[in-house]
Amino acid sequence: MTPLLAVENLRITFPKGAGLSVPVDGVSFSIAKGERVALVGESGSGKSLTSLALLRLVPHPGVIATGSAIRLDGDDVMALEGEALRKIRGGRIGLVFQDPMTSLNPVLTVGYQVLEAVTAHRKMSSREAKERTIELLEEVGIPDPAGRYKAYPHELSGGLRQRVMIATALAGEPDLLVADEPTTALDVTVQAQILELLDRIRARRGMAVMLITHDLGVVAERTDRVMVMYAGQLVETAPTRRLFAEPAHPYTKALLQSMPRLTGPIGRLASIPGMVPLPHLWPSGCRFHPRCPIRIPTCEGEVPPWRSAGPDHEAKCWLVEGRSP
Amino acid sequence: MTPLLQVTGLVKHFAGTRKLFGRAATVHALNGISFGVEAGETLALVGESGSGKTTAGRTVLRLLDADQGAVVFDGIDVLAADRSTLKALRRRMQIVFQDPYGSLDPRMTIGDSIAEGIDIHRLLPRSERPGRVAQLMTEVGLDPSFASRYPHEFSGGQRQRIGIARALAVNPAFVVLDEPVSALDVSVQAQVLNLLQDLQRDRNLSFLFIAHDLSVVRQMARRIAVMYYGRIVELGPRDEVLEHPRHPYTTALISAVPEPDPATQRTRIVLPGDPPSPTVPPPGCPFASRCFHPAKDARCESERPELRALGSTEVACHHAETPAA
Repeated sequence: MTPLLAVENLRITFPKGAGLSVPVDGVSFSIAKGERVALVGESGSGKSLTSLALLRLVPHPGVIATGSAIRLDGDDVMALEGEALRKIRGGRIGLVFQDPMTSLNPVLTVGYQVLEAVTAHRKMSSREAKERTIELLEEVGIPDPAGRYKAYPHELSGGLRQRVMIATALAGEPDLLVADEPTTALDVTVQAQILELLDRIRARRGMAVMLITHDLGVVAERTDRVMVMYAGQLVETAPTRRLFAEPAHPYTKALLQSMPRLTGPIGRLASIPGMVPLPHLWPSGCRFHPRCPIRIPTCEGEVPPWRSAGPDHEAKCWLVEGRSP
Repeated sequence: MTPLLQVTGLVKHFAGTRKLFGRAATVHALNGISFGVEAGETLALVGESGSGKTTAGRTVLRLLDADQGAVVFDGIDVLAADRSTLKALRRRMQIVFQDPYGSLDPRMTIGDSIAEGIDIHRLLPRSERPGRVAQLMTEVGLDPSFASRYPHEFSGGQRQRIGIARALAVNPAFVVLDEPVSALDVSVQAQVLNLLQDLQRDRNLSFLFIAHDLSVVRQMARRIAVMYYGRIVELGPRDEVLEHPRHPYTTALISAVPEPDPATQRTRIVLPGDPPSPTVPPPGCPFASRCFHPAKDARCESERPELRALGSTEVACHHAETPAA
């Protein structure tokens, strides 16, 4: 079966002085129809750029390098131009960003902004479009949708604004919803509401969701599969339960150990020394090796291969026992 | 034993912006909170945005003027202190802010930033200043040779260390930590939390730890005060509050924390709606509009519950004796 989305060897480059910086460097993955996938990484790992690349929205002066392939339901996204590309942006792939305050236009009513998205991808009468908009506002759980249609973003709470963003993303009837830190700016009780909403809509519509986050807690309960990103590359991918039970990559392990928990013994937190390096300073060999507690000399000089760490579970590490897949 | 810091009935209201027709609405940010912090301990103020926790921290330090109430630090009435007493107090009460980007002067070298308090309070002769700065930088895990660099050359985690060194420079006894790690990545967050715990132990510091993240609070605090709508709704020893919450809001807040363990199945309480508007305080319990407590009754809507002792904790709920969930 062809996956809904297939990304192969995605490289994004930015000019840096006389040379190039490559903040996303050789990322490959696929997402099945209706699947819930998480892309997890710290700031600077390249996770947001990866998601923007799916829509060919890499910010200037960055470019997607030749040799990168993105296929959506068999269509070559890299070859699309004009109208066909527009059908993907906000159409077949919907995007939800972190901050609903800056991604909504403050001088337009929220109804108008959802309406714009509704009519962008479908021809319909203005009455139909308004009805459709109110339906969408209702679907995302906005109380009194007909009344709120005329509200401006500042008149809504953060949670309601994020619901409006989701309605906008749903307007094009996407097959894939990419949510980039959709709850990071929200309070924890509101976060719970939004995550539950996303899950309900996904189940009802049968769309796939790609959740981009730094928060492993959010990932654990709401996704089927996790991809861990570090310094521009994927380093581990596994079914969610497995990743948490038996993380294979030292980075994933360290990340899990450095999180304070709400249950269990309280001890000193295991922290990872240093920080994610900048793209033009990425280390040779395994990019995690300078911070890795179990590195061996090979890690410094040679790029690790993907190795199997279990069923559907792979890690890019020299020290993972198991055959290369 | 008298606590180092005792706060009693603290109230802070802000004058809102005047509407075109009608009166300016008053924002009820802090509606009478009381707590004590003992020498060497960490009290956490936990709450969501708008709960008043940040206002509480600033009012305690008199960075904001309180409308009512008392703050006594080591026997000194902070709210009534004159200029010179206040200056002396500021040396002993410090603050570390959330945003390590916005809280450092971009035109000052970090060495000068760290030493600013030393200069203001004339704690050291000029000749001893560089040595002291180097010592402070080492204490917070920064390379002293970076003292002549500017803030933009540092990462978020390093800037937070600079902010901590700056607060410690005047040898305070009490530090308000206002969301000190919420802008940091998980792996860096662990480094900073460990550092704060080491410093507390070495210097016998008292912390007022303001945070929204219960997992972080559990790691850091000895006692926890949960805030909602400008009031403390539950206050008690850490494990009591987290393991046997007595206020339904505390129960909901705990259940909303995403646990990084897909194997644990928990009942999640998703609270409907948002807190009441801060300009229109409800006559009864401010949580009543979202409360799911089975014993909720008309009294909750009409009579505001005051904080009262129940075992080792204090709770502001008419039905705290009955389990909420």
